[in-house]
Amino acid sequence: MPVGKIWVVAEPAEGGVATAALELLTGARGLGSAVEVVTWGSGAQAAEALGAHGATAVFTVDTGDLLPAVLVASAIAAAIEAKGAPDAILAAQTYESRDIAGRLSAKLDLPVLTNVVGLAEDGGRLVSEHAIFGGATMVNAAFNGTSPQLFVVRPKSFAAESSGGSAPATEAITAGDTGATGTATVKAVHVEERSGPKLDEAAVVVSGGRGLGEKEKFDMIEALAKLLKGAPGASRAIVDAGWVPYAYQVGQTGKTVKPTVYIACGISGATQHMVGMKGAKHIIAINKDSEAPIFGIADLGVVGDVHKVVPKLIEALKAK
Amino acid sequence: MHVAVCVKQIPDPAAPGELDASTKTLKRAGKLVMDDSDSYGVEMALQLVTEAGGGSVTVISMAPNQEVKGVKDALAMGADKAIVVTDDALQGSDSLSTAKVLAACVQRAGDVDLVLAATESTDGYTGTMPVQLAELLGLPSVTFAKKVSTDGSKVTVDRQTEAGYDEIEAPLPALVTVTAGVVEPRYPSFKAIMAAKNKPVELLSLADLGLDAGSVGWAGARQEITAITEAEARKAGEVVEDDGEAHTKIVSYLENLKVV
Repeated sequence: MPVGKIWVVAEPAEGGVATAALELLTGARGLGSAVEVVTWGSGAQAAEALGAHGATAVFTVDTGDLLPAVLVASAIAAAIEAKGAPDAILAAQTYESRDIAGRLSAKLDLPVLTNVVGLAEDGGRLVSEHAIFGGATMVNAAFNGTSPQLFVVRPKSFAAESSGGSAPATEAITAGDTGATGTATVKAVHVEERSGPKLDEAAVVVSGGRGLGEKEKFDMIEALAKLLKGAPGASRAIVDAGWVPYAYQVGQTGKTVKPTVYIACGISGATQHMVGMKGAKHIIAINKDSEAPIFGIADLGVVGDVHKVVPKLIEALKAK
Repeated sequence: MHVAVCVKQIPDPAAPGELDASTKTLKRAGKLVMDDSDSYGVEMALQLVTEAGGGSVTVISMAPNQEVKGVKDALAMGADKAIVVTDDALQGSDSLSTAKVLAACVQRAGDVDLVLAATESTDGYTGTMPVQLAELLGLPSVTFAKKVSTDGSKVTVDRQTEAGYDEIEAPLPALVTVTAGVVEPRYPSFKAIMAAKNKPVELLSLADLGLDAGSVGWAGARQEITAITEAEARKAGEVVEDDGEAHTKIVSYLENLKVV
């Protein structure tokens, strides 16, 4: 008995939908008999891209200037009521979509599996894959008969591929009465100017950790990333210390990155960090402790002081 | 201003994790500590109460084994009291079950203006519990806060986004999740640690809260672990000692990959 219909929650981004949504669609169309999308904001203008990745219907929610999660979850619950439930609902582990899955889980009293890095069909239900202990161990999990099956999938778990489909029809769906829950309002949006590629899409990622010693030294991580047309990243330790914002964090409680080259500077390689970057094609590590776990997965390890190696590396690259 | 802060007591993150072969869940038998991620919420709560000119901070937590060590850490920082649900039936609870238990705690705490939590825990890191809690309590929620202020009737939050941050406003009562590193958690003095020993910690069972044991723990999670496998290990490559010229090694490595 194959898996039937799957709904994918597609998070908007930059006038369309996030890459993570197209990845999810690609994964979903290999698992279910039909894939339909729920989106909001600029996602409503993305029917073409959604269709090209396998969506056969697009449901849109008007969220106005409210924080979207409550409204989208409520609209999904209403759509389940009106149209019948899909076999599964997949959401990406991104800012809004994870909140939508949480709201929906509590609203429908359904368990939710998060941090999913792979999905497979087995006997009519979906089995999820999760990386634990820094990715050294993989755990498979499934629901005991709850429906719809609710999964939150980490970005980069599937590669987005076009299905060649055309733009499907879009249909507006609406939230029911959300009472006090639906009152969080977006008053202003601040876009921080950032040059260079996004952390989770960059071909080169240069990350800094505690070994940098002080906040100001993160400047050299940014300089090296810029020289390599890459993005700067960070370990949890320096995000917790307040040196850089959460958006820079690579790891378990942060972003998963799979660049061509990952350069870890002053990062020891806690399991928390490694699970987010061990999918890089090539890993270079610079750390003064030769026993640091990061050297166990690095293709090129330099046992040395980041304060000496990185500035020289920057100078050498500038001279080229 | 009455703030409730969710605090998770977790195994020491520095110690290597281990799976229990029979339950296939993370072993939590050893000593538990307050999740570092929660120290930011506790600090934020203390600051908001001070700014509001008074009030109280209630720590809410759950533990399968009577553990209160992590909660004492929060009390030592300055929280006024704690409500801890401890019951064998909590073993194996997923995020929704946890939210159900904590929702009952918040209701018991009474007249809470603001509920704070971390964006995600260090050990389970599902990140869904706070929003599930908000839904069960019928509260608006703002996740990923990097700055929080209140005027007694509403909460204003700078919320981290992919592109920067948004300013969000919600009427109180509300739930906010706090990202790490946005405030500096105070280090408790010896006096504060001693004082924490005498602060009220209410230990409750599921029955005390009127919760059905079947709706939480493994039974409530309604999911199963179908397999556990070792991932293919990534092999270590070349490791060189920096002799002052190691950067040239990196340059040629990058050249070979045509990155430069």
